[in-house]
Amino acid sequence: MNEEIRLTQFAKHGGCAAKIGPDTLSRVLGRLPKFSDPDLIVGFETSDDAAVYKITDDVAVIQTLDFFTPVADDPYTFGQVAAANALSDVYAMGGEPKIALNIVCFPGDLDPDILGEILRGGAEKVREAGAVLVGGHSIQDDEPKYGLSVAGLVHPDRVYKNFGCEKGDVLILTKQLGSGIVNTAVKAQLASEESEREVIRVMTTLNKKAKETAADFTVHACTDVTGFGLLGHCSEMADAGGAVIELGVEGIAFMHGAKEYAEMGLIPGGAYRNQKHVSRLLDTGDVSEVYVDLLSDPQTSGGLLFAVPENEAEDLLRAFERADLGTKVSVVGRVLESGTDKPGIRLCDKVEIK
Amino acid sequence: MKEVDARGLSCPEPVMLTEEAMKSEAGAIRVLVTEPHQKMNVEKCVWDHGRNCTSTETEDGFAVVIEPKK
Repeated sequence: MNEEIRLTQFAKHGGCAAKIGPDTLSRVLGRLPKFSDPDLIVGFETSDDAAVYKITDDVAVIQTLDFFTPVADDPYTFGQVAAANALSDVYAMGGEPKIALNIVCFPGDLDPDILGEILRGGAEKVREAGAVLVGGHSIQDDEPKYGLSVAGLVHPDRVYKNFGCEKGDVLILTKQLGSGIVNTAVKAQLASEESEREVIRVMTTLNKKAKETAADFTVHACTDVTGFGLLGHCSEMADAGGAVIELGVEGIAFMHGAKEYAEMGLIPGGAYRNQKHVSRLLDTGDVSEVYVDLLSDPQTSGGLLFAVPENEAEDLLRAFERADLGTKVSVVGRVLESGTDKPGIRLCDKVEIK
Repeated sequence: MKEVDARGLSCPEPVMLTEEAMKSEAGAIRVLVTEPHQKMNVEKCVWDHGRNCTSTETEDGFAVVIEPKK
């Protein structure tokens, strides 16, 4: 295989940073005809992570699709990240992945062994998830792209939705933030080895253990934090539930070097788009600007964000610690109000939890 | 004035070129970029080096003029 090839150089935008901006999306999707079906539990009205359709009183199917351009130079790693990211949408709905199909775009003039490695990385993650990989679809394209369409199962009463957070809930995030910024620093060849290793470890970690651990607790709302950044995904949670969310920046776990790289201006364009999208909801208080950049950083294969009742938060944190997720879990904030007609997000230095 | 033409380039290239230019040039530097977020990233890079700058809109983007090193 040609070792000189750096996959990320084929990509104008890497990973979830390649997502079309939320403003553009809502404008375009708003023009589509509305579909309704009594058995459709989750559709796209609430910008959730996947579609959920009830088959029987005990079984619902979760259907999702996710793919993107290279975020890592190593094809095997890229395959792992893309698959972990696609599988995550099923976990974010509270389900278990069952069937996966590859979706592939690949340049005709590139060594096919590179594609083989991408697919091997993806297949390994599907196996780790306990699902089966059964083919897929591939086309020629100048820019390589890879991902999965995943079907999963969930009990209809135990579907995690991105809305429903309640006043007093604690918001817990299961992975440290910073992948968009650190990947930009990697691309600029300014990232430390430690940061580069960390971002790959975080992006390739499945959200399987996090979801399984939370299954024993009350979860009012859940989403995975990806291209819209923590602020963007919190704004969806706030909007959908009329919630006022307070985020305490000092308690949030960030990747090594992320703050330093943000201060150097190594910020993906998607972060600025995300900031613009949440600006009508956001009160940044006295918090330093670099945190706004960090919280709007588009995440690739980010963690699960759980809204849980305050009296269960400590126990859930301990359970995550015992489960040894391999990532940094942190309390990112809390829900100050819910069911209001004035949703919002406030930033502060620290949130107090009883 | 030294000029860095980063128009049409995508992130993080404008920041990388600005970094490089500031290392070798203590005098004023003009950096040209296309997108608003690139202007903001270049400004952050400049401030991170303890230098100041002024940005203006141009016909096809933005010009960030970095003041000489103090």
